[in-house]
Amino acid sequence: MVGFIVRRVLWLIPVLFVVSLITFALMHAVPGGPWDREKPLNAGTVQRLNEIYGLNKPVWLQYLSWFGGMLQLDFGPSYQYRNRGVNDILRTGWPITVQLGLMTFAVAILAGIPLGIVAALGHNRMPDYIATAISMVGIATPSFVLAILLIIVFSVGLNWFPSRGWKGPETWVLPVVALAGYQIAQIARYTRASMLEVTRKDYVRTAHSKGIRDTAVVVRHMIRNALIPVITILGPIFAFLVTGSFIIENFFGIPGIGRLYIIAIGVRDYSMIMATTVIYAFAVAFLNLVVDVLYAYIDPRIRYS
Amino acid sequence: MATQTRTLTGAGAAARRSEGVWRDAFGRLRKNKLAIAGAFGVLFLLFCGLFGPILAPWPYQAQDLQAIAANGNEPLAPFQNMSHPLGTDQLGRDIMSRLLDGAQVSMTVAFVVQLVVLFIGIPVGAIAGWLGGRTDTYLMRITDVFYAFPDLLFIILMSVAFRETAFGRALNGVLLVFVAIGLTAWVTVARLIRGQLLSLKETEFVEAARAIGVSDRNIVTRHLLPNAIGPVIVAITLGIPTAILAEATLAYIGIGVQPPRASWGTLIAEGQGFIRSYPWLTYLPGFFIALSLISFTFLGDGLRDALDPKLKGKQ
Repeated sequence: MVGFIVRRVLWLIPVLFVVSLITFALMHAVPGGPWDREKPLNAGTVQRLNEIYGLNKPVWLQYLSWFGGMLQLDFGPSYQYRNRGVNDILRTGWPITVQLGLMTFAVAILAGIPLGIVAALGHNRMPDYIATAISMVGIATPSFVLAILLIIVFSVGLNWFPSRGWKGPETWVLPVVALAGYQIAQIARYTRASMLEVTRKDYVRTAHSKGIRDTAVVVRHMIRNALIPVITILGPIFAFLVTGSFIIENFFGIPGIGRLYIIAIGVRDYSMIMATTVIYAFAVAFLNLVVDVLYAYIDPRIRYS
Repeated sequence: MATQTRTLTGAGAAARRSEGVWRDAFGRLRKNKLAIAGAFGVLFLLFCGLFGPILAPWPYQAQDLQAIAANGNEPLAPFQNMSHPLGTDQLGRDIMSRLLDGAQVSMTVAFVVQLVVLFIGIPVGAIAGWLGGRTDTYLMRITDVFYAFPDLLFIILMSVAFRETAFGRALNGVLLVFVAIGLTAWVTVARLIRGQLLSLKETEFVEAARAIGVSDRNIVTRHLLPNAIGPVIVAITLGIPTAILAEATLAYIGIGVQPPRASWGTLIAEGQGFIRSYPWLTYLPGFFIALSLISFTFLGDGLRDALDPKLKGKQ
């Protein structure tokens, strides 16, 4: 187990190397640079800027110096905010994105799992149909459409929550719900299927025939076993949260990393794009690792070698 | 003579059995109401995508300024004037025609992306699974890297990097969308095929094929891949909604399909600002996105249950 974890952690290094290499290559593959403006800067200025930022060096050297800096967690200067480093910008954006992600994740689990359990316990009856209908809406509605609908109803119509910004609990509700919709649906579907699967298991029948109360069978025997496979989809859910946050942060004007990324892409802020891509890739790879370890920890039948 | 007879019966039996597997699966699929509803949804969308340009009452970029002017410079509402059955936007463009063009974009993306996925995923998975050893390790490491790359991030990067090039402009940016989404999506199929081949290549029918001297290539293409095809069909069907959603999202943030072509995502982005006065501009494309996501998901789930009865109930 320890060997497995160590190997997986070391494996993150080549992954990040290749991800950053691809990103770097894509950014430099095409004409245009961070100094392109509506009104072109004069050649002298561009040359001086290139010297200051090291953009006149060969591309491979630029990449290596960037990678060396990254290993020391220094993501270099930003090209769009002349007086701020990327690290500085990330420090303000990162906590917001993490907070949004964690709250969404919590909401998705707290809503999705009970929904799935209720659906399975009322299989082919009213609760099942209602829960299935809810998860259908969740799967069918892209986060940006859900966001529009939420704003129409709760912001414009009922005036309960503000439609933009990130300044306290009342501004958190709509973005979190918009981002969580799809996740709730996925978790509910998996939980339902997994619950139905264990309903037919011998140990559940045994528990029933021993005369254990229904609630005890459900809580102690069924739910505990049914939730194990659900853990496997938490990895993809995290990845989805990550990418979903671009759209939602942009939509609600939340100053997190996703919004910074979209802005950076627009103005070709190389160092900012590199930093956000690598951080996102790291987050996804790391969370997948955590899910794998968690899975092995909870289900002792699973052995990693 | 005797050998020949035996070969013939063997082949006949195999053919009967494989046909039976598909017939059984189809029988199970037919009993699944949600999957059938999904299949009808898919057929409807395909019909819209294929015949959209013929059915459309107007060209998707044509502006009917007279109709707008007659309406006090307001967009026409659905059913208000039968020359524009689903109304117009504020520029006088016919909504039904734009939705049909959006259907064409979405359906093309849905299927071409899956072709890209098969084109990369099957060879990579088959080679890794069949050869094993070092080749397998290297190929799977590459796959792992692509798996770690956050999908939408990669697609956005690709789209922005190549947007100004000839490749990015081809077919109003549709080609770039295909490639960008396809490059992120093949990983699942490659892993699936590899896993299937790893277990199938130890089976007795492969041993038998080897014993009678079938070449490696034929074992993989004739015996292993057809046996691995079930899960791939399911993965492909369930990959379609993901591709449609990715395309709509790209278009929504303005870096996917380029104007004047209309993707459903573009239509939502355009209509969003007017949602209080002209809600249909947003709701209609939203409805089509929802319909396509639901239809393909239901069909995919149904196919999974039908092709692999062991998994029945697992959604």
